[in-house]
Amino acid sequence: MSGILKGKEVIGMLEGKKIIILGDRDGIPGGAIEACLAGRDVEVVFSTTACFV
Amino acid sequence: MDLENQKRVKALAEQIGKENIVVLLGGADAEASGLIAETVIAGDPAFAGALTGVQLGLPAYHILEPEIKQEIDPAVYEANIAMMEMVLSVADIVKEVSSIRNKLLS
Repeated sequence: MSGILKGKEVIGMLEGKKIIILGDRDGIPGGAIEACLAGRDVEVVFSTTACFV
Repeated sequence: MDLENQKRVKALAEQIGKENIVVLLGGADAEASGLIAETVIAGDPAFAGALTGVQLGLPAYHILEPEIKQEIDPAVYEANIAMMEMVLSVADIVKEVSSIRNKLLS
């Protein structure tokens, strides 16, 4: 596991980070990635979904 | 990587500080995901956008990589990602993005 142990909590690599999401309409859209981060101690500063049509 | 997005990412890195940023990718294939990872780490390999010659060194992970997956509530992952995980070439994507990160991000 990549998280480090701090007290009794496992602090993950994303905790406290600003997140840039570069999603893909044909892969994983930005909104789906954002949903995975809901409630976490992270701030999504930019989220987009590429569309190659 | 989209030229407009390159501008946004560059501006955010300057504004926020690159040490505080993690980039999460949702690319549909290994090659495209790898190119985006390369762009935000070492600069635009196509020499077309604002990140040409700009080595931001941002840690870039695909959402399907185990390091990221393990940080997400399994039920939330299942609801939002699992279906695409079944149809995408996960092993190829993970191999490409992680190898670029390991090669370019010191």
